[in-house]
Amino acid sequence: MSDASADEVQTIVAARALADTKTVFIGVGRPSTAAILARMVHNPSLVLVYESGAIGAKPFHIPLSIGDGELAATADAVVSVPEMFNHWIGPGRIEVAFLSAAQIDRFANLNSTVIGDYDHPVTRLPGAGGAPEIAANCERVIVVIPQSRRTFVERLDFVTTVGYGDGPGARQRLGMRGRGPTAVITDLGVLEPDLSSAQLVLTQLHEGVTVEDARDATGWDLAVAEQLRVTDPPSDTELDALRELLAR
Amino acid sequence: MAEIVTLTEAVAELVRDGDSVALEGFTHLIPFAAGHEVLRQGRRELELIRMTPDVLYDQMIGMGVARRLVFSYGGNPGVGSLHRFRDAIEHGWPAPIEIEEHSHAGMANRYLAGAADLPFAVLRGYAGTDLATHTTVRFIECPYTGERLAAVAALVPDVAIVHAQEADHAGNVQLWGIPGVQKEAVLAATRSLVTVEQIVERLEPRPGAVVIPGWVLDAVALAPGGSQPSYSLGITERDNDFYRRWDAISRDRDGFRAWMAEHVLGEVLVR
Repeated sequence: MSDASADEVQTIVAARALADTKTVFIGVGRPSTAAILARMVHNPSLVLVYESGAIGAKPFHIPLSIGDGELAATADAVVSVPEMFNHWIGPGRIEVAFLSAAQIDRFANLNSTVIGDYDHPVTRLPGAGGAPEIAANCERVIVVIPQSRRTFVERLDFVTTVGYGDGPGARQRLGMRGRGPTAVITDLGVLEPDLSSAQLVLTQLHEGVTVEDARDATGWDLAVAEQLRVTDPPSDTELDALRELLAR
Repeated sequence: MAEIVTLTEAVAELVRDGDSVALEGFTHLIPFAAGHEVLRQGRRELELIRMTPDVLYDQMIGMGVARRLVFSYGGNPGVGSLHRFRDAIEHGWPAPIEIEEHSHAGMANRYLAGAADLPFAVLRGYAGTDLATHTTVRFIECPYTGERLAAVAALVPDVAIVHAQEADHAGNVQLWGIPGVQKEAVLAATRSLVTVEQIVERLEPRPGAVVIPGWVLDAVALAPGGSQPSYSLGITERDNDFYRRWDAISRDRDGFRAWMAEHVLGEVLVR
C-alpha cells in the first residue's frame, strides 16, 4: 500500500480519468490540480479550458483563481466570457467538464448555491457560476467531490446544476445536449450512473476503504456494483509528479 | 466623447445615489480604485451588478452601500467564502440586501442584449434548476425549430466602470489578457467610465486586444495600480497573498470596518 493520502489518491484518480480526453473544462481547486497533473503524466496534449476565457492554458503552477495571469499568458486563445459560453460551451465543443459542489444527490444533481432555505439561508454559498450550462452542454461531466454525509445528501437544499434530474429521460426532456455525469470521483472511491435508473452506483473503492466506509459517508441507501473494482495504487511517477506540482 | 478627468471628478460626475452600477472585470482588471472612490464619496443605495462579486464587492457590501446585488458567483476564488457578502445575505448586516442571481451564461447574455439594445437574449440554460424559480428568466419557443429556450432580460446599468491597461489622449482604450465582459458592460450601460494604468501617445496594436473607441465612453481616468489586488496583465500581478489574507481581514465585522477605515477610506489604497 502506498503512503498516499486520501486526497492525493482522489486527485490522481481524477487525473487518470483524463488520460484519453481531448478537452477539459475546469474550475479552481482539486479539479484544476488533477487536470494539470494529467497533462504532466498521462496526456501532454490535453487542452485545458478555463471559464475566464483561457483556452489551451498551460499553467506551470496551480492557479489560485481561474483568471490568474499565467493562464492568459500561456493560452492558445483568450476569449470573452460571452464568447466562452455562447460559442464554446453552448455548442458542446468541450468534451469533459470537471465540476465540484457542496452537495450531490443520488442522481448526481449538484448544489453550490445555499444550505438551508434560499430566502433565509443557514450558509450562503457562492452560487452557480458557469456550472448549469457547462453541465448541460459539455459532452460529459466528471464530478470531483469529498464523500461524507454533509456532501452526499438524500435531498439537495437547492438544485444548482442538473445531473440526471429526477431520473431516466430527464436530461432529454430538458433539452440538454451532453450525456451528463459519467463518474463521481471521491476520496473514498468512484461512483458511476446506472443507465437504467440514472442513479449513482459505487463501482470502485480506493485501497484500504471498505463498502461500509462508503455507505457511512453517504446520505442515501448507496447501491454497490457486484463487480467492485479496487483503485490501482498511485504509482511513484504519479505521486512524485503531484507532490512536485503542489510544491511549485 | 471621453473626457480625460481625475478619478474623483469622474465618480462625482457619473455615479449617483440609487444608481445601478456595474464594475466589471473577470478576475483580471477589476476596477478597485474606482470602487474605493465610490465608497469615499459616500454613494448610497446602489444596485451593484457584477458577474463575480469578489473582494471589491465584499468591501462595498460590507460598507453598506448596496441595496441590491445582481450576480452569478459570489466567492473568493480559490480561497473560499466572501464573509461580508455572506453576512449581508445570511444576517442582514450591515443592512438587508436584495439579490438577483443568475448563471454566468445568463449574466453574459444579459449584457449582450443590453449592448445590442435588444429586450432579451436567448440561450440554452436554467432548465431544470431551482435558479429558474428564484430569478427572472422566462422560457420561450423558438419560432423556427420549436425548441424551448431561456430568455434573459437585457441588463442596462446606469453606469459601467471598467479598468484597462491604457488609453490615448483622445480617450481610446486598449485592454488585453482576459477580456471578461468589460466591453459588453460599457456598451450596455447608459454612462461609462474606464480607469487606466497609463495614458500613452499612441495605442500600439496588441495580439488579442480589445479596443474601445473613446467616443462611446463618458470618461477616462488615470489610476495606476487601480486594479490591485487584481491585476493588469503585463503591468501588475495578481496579489494572491492578499486574496488569501482577505479571508481573515473580512471574517470579523469590527476588524473589517477598521481595515477599511485605514486602507480605503483614508488616503491609502489597497496595495
